[in-house]
Amino acid sequence: MAATKTGVDIAAAMITHPTAAADWLLVAPVLLCMVGGATTLILRKNVRIQPLVGISLLALLVLTNLGLFAHVWQNGVVTMVMGQWLPPFGIAFTADALGVTLALIASIVGLLAGIYAAGSIAASERRYGFYPFLFMLLCGVSGAFLTGDIFNLYVWFEVLLISSFGLLVLGNTTLQIDGALKYALLNLIGTTLFLIATGLLYGLLGTLNMADIALKSRALGDSGPLLGISALYFLAFAMKAAAFPVNFWLPASYHTPRIVVSALFAGLLTKVGVYALLRVLVLLLPAGHNWMHGLITVVAIVTMLTGVLGALAQADVRRTIGYLVISGIGSMLAGIAVGSEVALTGAIMYAVHSILAMTALFLIFGITGKDRGTFNLRELGGMYRRAPLLSAATLILLFAAVGLPPFSGFWPKVLLVDGALAAGQGWLAGTILLASILTAITVGRIWIFAFWRGGPEGIADGTQGVETGPEAMPLQVPFTAWLPLAVLIAMIFWLGLQPEGLMQLAETGAHTLLDPTAYVQSVFGVTP
Amino acid sequence: MNTVIFRTVAPFLTALMLLFSVFVLLRGHNEPGGGFIGGLIAVSAFAILGIACGVAAVRRALVMHPMSVAASGLLLAVASVLPSLFKSQAAMTSQWLEFTLFDTPIALSTPMFFDIGVYLVVVGAITSIALSLEERESD
Repeated sequence: MAATKTGVDIAAAMITHPTAAADWLLVAPVLLCMVGGATTLILRKNVRIQPLVGISLLALLVLTNLGLFAHVWQNGVVTMVMGQWLPPFGIAFTADALGVTLALIASIVGLLAGIYAAGSIAASERRYGFYPFLFMLLCGVSGAFLTGDIFNLYVWFEVLLISSFGLLVLGNTTLQIDGALKYALLNLIGTTLFLIATGLLYGLLGTLNMADIALKSRALGDSGPLLGISALYFLAFAMKAAAFPVNFWLPASYHTPRIVVSALFAGLLTKVGVYALLRVLVLLLPAGHNWMHGLITVVAIVTMLTGVLGALAQADVRRTIGYLVISGIGSMLAGIAVGSEVALTGAIMYAVHSILAMTALFLIFGITGKDRGTFNLRELGGMYRRAPLLSAATLILLFAAVGLPPFSGFWPKVLLVDGALAAGQGWLAGTILLASILTAITVGRIWIFAFWRGGPEGIADGTQGVETGPEAMPLQVPFTAWLPLAVLIAMIFWLGLQPEGLMQLAETGAHTLLDPTAYVQSVFGVTP
Repeated sequence: MNTVIFRTVAPFLTALMLLFSVFVLLRGHNEPGGGFIGGLIAVSAFAILGIACGVAAVRRALVMHPMSVAASGLLLAVASVLPSLFKSQAAMTSQWLEFTLFDTPIALSTPMFFDIGVYLVVVGAITSIALSLEERESD
């Protein structure tokens, strides 16, 4: 290095001990996504090769995330500071159990979406950049889950936001531009608030490193400016997470893009907002979290109820699922509102469950929608006779969304209700259960209308609907649609039957959030 | 905008601006400048050429599609992050290669390649936008 020759003591500013090659796994997901984005962009004219290259790189991304996951599992929180600069000045990437679990699930969902898209996105739209945008979206999502610097978190938010605009308008219809405008406007306001809050926080504490902020904000205690900044952060991330009352952009835009894009958005984007809330409110600004306890509780209750009531009122099945996503966000906010280790464990597990279940639901209705050319519940029907296996799969997913055992939605709800009751918040626990009952009614309505009854509206029950023609043939589901669905359903089953692994992970994640010792030690404590 | 004077001057102006953009790019390591601003100057050069001689001429002059230029820039930037892996250092730690060529000391470094990557991304992405806007106008 140049500095050594001039005789300057670099140990005062830089890390001098060697970095283990395994720590490179921290930045590997982000770098791999950039490589994937660039490669698929260069190959955009070659619509035959491009999906193959894209899917292989996505599979590699999953493997990398598995490696990182194993690394964190063995060594606890791991940190790498860019360019060897000593924290808090260097930009840190810090992976704890929470971040790495979500990054892994996100990459799996990305891979499955990539496979589904190979069979469902038209060649012309692939040429206009489905795969590059998918990679950049995953780049932003992985970066957000793994970064240990709050300004860097803002940058990853921008990356995923800009690529989501591109995915949203893929197809170029008026309806999509309309949806994208609403989505873009509110999300840009949210991101700007995030930036303003970060500027104020930097002015107050003089640092952007998350571990440093966690220490300094705890030392500062209940200061007025800090509480104000927490409120700004809460508003900004509530917009991202689609919490009431700043959630109207979600039902206005999620039904417009291609179904696989809706599936990705429903799975990943709102959960990044929830992750940021967990990270910033619980880990970084606990004073603000305690202060806003009542507010978050109210927001959680109203989000759960308006979400599920909205779902009940919709005829378009994509809008219904959009509202179910919102209702799920309410449940996660309930965990954040309670703030105990049990409740946060529940919220983290719910985030994982929600990513899997909501993505799978959108994919299923992509199959029926493509077959019938409609997403309107009035015009769907008679699917049970044509595709019994698909109907069973849908029923599993819908039950999982309600939170019935033995599926992945059950355990998070148990923990959330348990946490709320232990904290003496009976109202919150009651609302979670009430929302589950209303969800059961909603999903029952979806399944009966789309699958169970004989045919679309106007055909009397028991008359079997259409007897001849293509409408009566068994539904052909392509391999590219079956495979992702099978994997998602297997994971939902597995997490319902064997929840201990995930529960332990989520518990470690929640513990690291509440007690930042391990996190701080990973960033600062490596000095011998 | 299609006057004889403009059409005659534009290629020279473009060449001059491209040269200047490279100067700004390389100067950026220690002084004001860098990949982003250099890239923007290069894009202005292509935009001027596009206004004077038409978008087709610019596309021919670029050889590669602008989006591919941006993608290769991104690949170069990622590649510049990697060398420190082989020296057991953290990502993005700068690596230097200093030598003397014809009595001139030359210092090559990974930040410079990163900056060139940024330059290419900016040139590719913004040229792509500028060219498609100019194309719409001529329809």
